[in-house]
Amino acid sequence: MKDKRLFKRFIIGGVLGWITLFGLVPTVMLLGVSFMTRHPDELIDPTFSLQSYFRLFEPALGTMLMQSLLMAGTATFLCLLIGYPFAYIVARTNRETSRLMLMLVMIPFWTNTLIRTYAMVAVLKADGLLNKTLIFLGLIDAPIKIMYTQTAVFIGLVYTLLPFMILPLYAAIEKLDHRLLESARDLGAGRWLTFRKITIPLTMPGIVSGCMLVFLPALGMFYIPDVLGGARTMLLGNYIRDQFLTARDLPMGSAASIAMTLIMGLMLALYYRSMRRSGRRLKI
Amino acid sequence: MANKVIKLSEVSKSFDGDIAVERLSLSVKDGEFLTLLGPSGCGKTTMMRLLGGFEECDSGEILLDGKPMTGVDPENRPVNTVFQSYALFPHMSVYDNISFGLKIAGLKTADIDREVGKALKLVRLENMGQRMPGELSGGQQQRIAIARAIVNKPRVLLLDEPMSALDYRLRKDMQKELKELQRTLGITFILVTHDQEEAFTMSDRVVVMNNGSIEQIGTPREIYEDPANLYVARFVGEINVLDGTITGKRKKSFNAEVEGVPVSVKSKREFSEGDKIHVLLRPEDFRVEIMREVNDDPELAEKFSKALLKGSVEQTYYKGATYDLDITLDDGKKILVSEFFDEDAETLYFHAGDRVAVGWFEGWEVVLPHEG
Repeated sequence: MKDKRLFKRFIIGGVLGWITLFGLVPTVMLLGVSFMTRHPDELIDPTFSLQSYFRLFEPALGTMLMQSLLMAGTATFLCLLIGYPFAYIVARTNRETSRLMLMLVMIPFWTNTLIRTYAMVAVLKADGLLNKTLIFLGLIDAPIKIMYTQTAVFIGLVYTLLPFMILPLYAAIEKLDHRLLESARDLGAGRWLTFRKITIPLTMPGIVSGCMLVFLPALGMFYIPDVLGGARTMLLGNYIRDQFLTARDLPMGSAASIAMTLIMGLMLALYYRSMRRSGRRLKI
Repeated sequence: MANKVIKLSEVSKSFDGDIAVERLSLSVKDGEFLTLLGPSGCGKTTMMRLLGGFEECDSGEILLDGKPMTGVDPENRPVNTVFQSYALFPHMSVYDNISFGLKIAGLKTADIDREVGKALKLVRLENMGQRMPGELSGGQQQRIAIARAIVNKPRVLLLDEPMSALDYRLRKDMQKELKELQRTLGITFILVTHDQEEAFTMSDRVVVMNNGSIEQIGTPREIYEDPANLYVARFVGEINVLDGTITGKRKKSFNAEVEGVPVSVKSKREFSEGDKIHVLLRPEDFRVEIMREVNDDPELAEKFSKALLKGSVEQTYYKGATYDLDITLDDGKKILVSEFFDEDAETLYFHAGDRVAVGWFEGWEVVLPHEG
């Protein structure tokens, strides 16, 4: 009994220590640095300043931030559009087929994301797989330019993040009681109305968590715009990296990071609120 | 009353080669309370789903008010269902659940308010409108499910084992309430159940189903007192099956040998000499007396003139309203007998080992051709 408790404490303590050391401490450091001043030669000038935060609202930065949010939002929406029907089919098909389909969703995780992003180049470039196939099929005459466009970035983001949308959606749709749908039909609702009034509200927790899992990483995935967008499209993640590594403006990079964390925190809070509300209502 | 609201002709349905309903024909009268009774897997739930529009028949036709329902979606049928699990929408309040169908039908807000209020009153849950389904007890959820269906004033209300999740007491109350509700509304109710008592309590007519076919259709009384075959007899209540052979025919009755004893039996059915038969008797159909007293008392002996089987009492059970006996007849057949208490009868109390005379009330027996 005592051994067991010791073991439990050890495990929990270990994880807690890890999170504190590598999660909390860097974040606190980031928070601290964001209130300091840039130093031309040294790493940092520890004079207190709110300048970096003010700069977040400069027009150029604001535009970048809005663009970044828009891109991540669009990618999320595309993932939802593709992911929902897919997850619905997976959840409603027979056991073997659904297991196979989920397996196919998971397989990409076996390879590193960065490597897969480079592999995308081979598919998307002018003499790449996609163009060759399209020409072979006679659908186009000359290669279309996809690489180094925003389209390529979207393709990359959606491809990489789609599983994070599908899995929570699948979990939510799978739990949906089919009899509720029949009941709605019975009461006079057509297919579309049933979907809108019953299916969507009852799978909302899955929709919200899927969107969170896609939207948040999409803001920070700097290597996808780098590799596929030719660094012409900027995400918030690219900007933060540039501040740290290129411009060497640590306070600015930190402030942008904190801003991103705040956006994420805000969304998480909204998510938990929606979960709590539907949770209270769903208890039977 | 005489109008047929539903007519099924030769309806068949199978799932992956397993036959659920086979060439089933049935008419339902307007305003009738009809029950589909049978064990699980007999096809009664499939019937309900076919009527509701959740399944399509493989062959045959369903007419609702004379209109063929083939290819008509559930939302377009004048039929509403109360599901076994109630299937209340968990994310909507009781009010929103009940008004769901009315809103789709495009009623005005004031009319919806009035109708929902009426429905809640009918199921005696007036002040529950703003509650969430999760906050209600099983019995209350059940009432809301009924209110949600009847508020649409369907031509037919389908009830799929609606009481199976309720405890005994509540079930009894709900049965009476449901029957009352059906009388008030005048809507045709079709109930699916495996509970014979429930079927008998509520129904005008009962359809006994087995293996996707109908075994018998009749009033509860016909089903109980005049079962069409052994299956029906065994499914509704306790029954004793005695074996015998017809030995002769008389004007209004037959002579037969039952369990090795010559008796006289009545039947509407035709038999000829030598036919093997079953004689079915409910436990309460028997009359039992101590053998010695029958021998001593000519008046008592007269009561056993049509049939006098002999046996010994094995066990007695005090049941409250009745007094049950396990009796082994002299040829080894075991039977169950229920005696109702009668203050005048001294002989009601038997003991294990008593030699008894076993007869039955004349004409209460059901004679069927021998099945195997």
